Amino acid sequence: MDSIGVLMACPMNSYLEQQLDKRFKLFRFWTVPDKSSFLNSNKDSIQAVAGNATAGADAELIEALPKLEIVANFSVGLDKIDLAKCKEKGIRVTNTPDVLTEDVADLAIGLMLAVLRKLCESDRYVRSGKWKKGDYMLTTKFTGKKVGIIGLGRIGMAIAKRAEAFSCPISYYSRNEKPEINYKYYPSVVELAAYCDILVVACPLTKETHHIVNRDVINALGPKGVLINIGRGPHVEEPELVSALFEHRLGGAGLDVFENEPYVPEELFGLDNVVLLPHVGSGTVETREAMADLVIGNLEAHFQKKPLLTPVV
Amino acid sequence: MESQPPEERSQQRSKGLPQVLVMKPPPLLTLFEDKFISSKFQLLKAWESTLPLDQFLTTYAGSVRAVLCSGATPITPRIIRLLPSLQLVVTDSAGVNHIDLNECRRRGIAVTNAAGVFSDDAADAAVGLLIDVLRKISVADRFVRHGLWPAKGDYPLGFKLGGKRVGIVGLGSIGSAVAKRLEAFGCTVLYNSRKPKPWVPYPFYSNVHELAADSDVLIVCCGLTAETRHMINRRVMVALGKQGIIINVARGAIIDEKEMVECLAHGEIGGAGLDVFENEPNVPKQLLELDNVVLSPHRAVFTPEGFMAACDLVVANLEAFFQDKPLLSPLIHE
Repeated sequence: MDSIGVLMACPMNSYLEQQLDKRFKLFRFWTVPDKSSFLNSNKDSIQAVAGNATAGADAELIEALPKLEIVANFSVGLDKIDLAKCKEKGIRVTNTPDVLTEDVADLAIGLMLAVLRKLCESDRYVRSGKWKKGDYMLTTKFTGKKVGIIGLGRIGMAIAKRAEAFSCPISYYSRNEKPEINYKYYPSVVELAAYCDILVVACPLTKETHHIVNRDVINALGPKGVLINIGRGPHVEEPELVSALFEHRLGGAGLDVFENEPYVPEELFGLDNVVLLPHVGSGTVETREAMADLVIGNLEAHFQKKPLLTPVV
Repeated sequence: MESQPPEERSQQRSKGLPQVLVMKPPPLLTLFEDKFISSKFQLLKAWESTLPLDQFLTTYAGSVRAVLCSGATPITPRIIRLLPSLQLVVTDSAGVNHIDLNECRRRGIAVTNAAGVFSDDAADAAVGLLIDVLRKISVADRFVRHGLWPAKGDYPLGFKLGGKRVGIVGLGSIGSAVAKRLEAFGCTVLYNSRKPKPWVPYPFYSNVHELAADSDVLIVCCGLTAETRHMINRRVMVALGKQGIIINVARGAIIDEKEMVECLAHGEIGGAGLDVFENEPNVPKQLLELDNVVLSPHRAVFTPEGFMAACDLVVANLEAFFQDKPLLSPLIHE
């Protein structure tokens, strides 16, 4: 298969890169100085694209690659892929569901604990030598807090299962109510935010869910409320979030994703009620390897004319 | 009224109300003084006197039947000897390592602690510290705040929590709460305890070394006693291994701190999350330079909710005692 051209959209994982290089003819898109002339010269060789949360296959790229057969995503989110265009042209799309569910859910809970119990701030307090001068403040109890989940898919359910072990009552918002599930349903995100103590974004990013956490939702969550975002930056209206935190209209936030990664609003750097992470939701050695194996497995299955492992389109 | 010496004030106060000796105010009293105003007892505040403690006790505490203490006011055999009428020691903490239990047992003095009220918070902190160490939350937060994400690109990968074998040292109230939480993350729970607990679904290990050898993570949740002092020694840590993580929300002295620092510095263990230290508030300097440790200033268990519940329990125990009713959280001597 080493004549099959695979375009890797951006650096994502060195193990994946190595494997793709070994098994296929790998084109590293980020090393190309003139992207349009590169595409022009190589358009007939590229039959696959490997994308991720940062860069995938938009309409422009798809149009530039007439021989494109499959987009294999190193992510479960599909917001960087023009799915409609892929469907139109009969291009297959795969992603990496399930293998990263646990890690993302673990991180959501980790963020909740870090924000409520001020773990990062306490660590800074000790490292700066301040403990010798006085005790640190009391922090807020996590057990029993009401957790509201936006999107009760695989990741949302995994977060719910973990939060239940801390006796947290679970409520959710979803496009449709799920009557078989025993958690409290709210028909709007504002109502969910008004009710819960901790609001978690765990839904896919689509046109409908863009800025689903806006000023109204943030105000409803309130000065004691905490927002956790392990979805996509554009789920949250970021400037609104920043001003709410500054004006104490929101109690705190744990954020793994931002509207314009890797840029994080610098105004957040001085706050002690936020935890800021560089998009590490699925960032463990074990999971990234499993994700890479899925990308490779899907590509090989496609070109061997076998059933895809995790098809979306 | 304020210009009178406290000894006279206490004599003039509501006569007939039995006294509870307090040598120095525990954090609970400072935070929730109102809750200690009771119709069943009054406080005898030794720290308000100009007399040295021993003299104060000899002069004013001869008929005192109960004392409220905390870690900063140990109940030693000497103190017990100066309180001939003492029948009850109430501490505001879950830990009782500052109370001479043998001497209390010998004198027939009952002891109550704040068992259970801090368990959820302690367990939450233990789990929080573990996720932080494995997923590098505090160090990645520092990375972002220093503006390094645009400059340095993606952050190094952490390690998965699911599937890890977690050895809990001491399966009491706190240890059980930790176990319950970690099961939901897909961890396998193992434990060591003074005695096996056959009603518990987790495998029992009769000593900490064997537990460490079979675990990826050790979480210290036991009390500090003569037996558990420095129980987590170099041998145990080497058995835990180079990827092993230690979490301590119990007492610093359960771990041989000097050895632990060496093991961390030389990669003999993978990382640590520590809320307690042998000589608080002093933390070994080498730890301050490591990115694979998360440090907390003995605050992990302290929330306003936990403190209020502890306060209610302390007052309830005192009131029960003075009404000859059963104590709510007596220490059972095993």
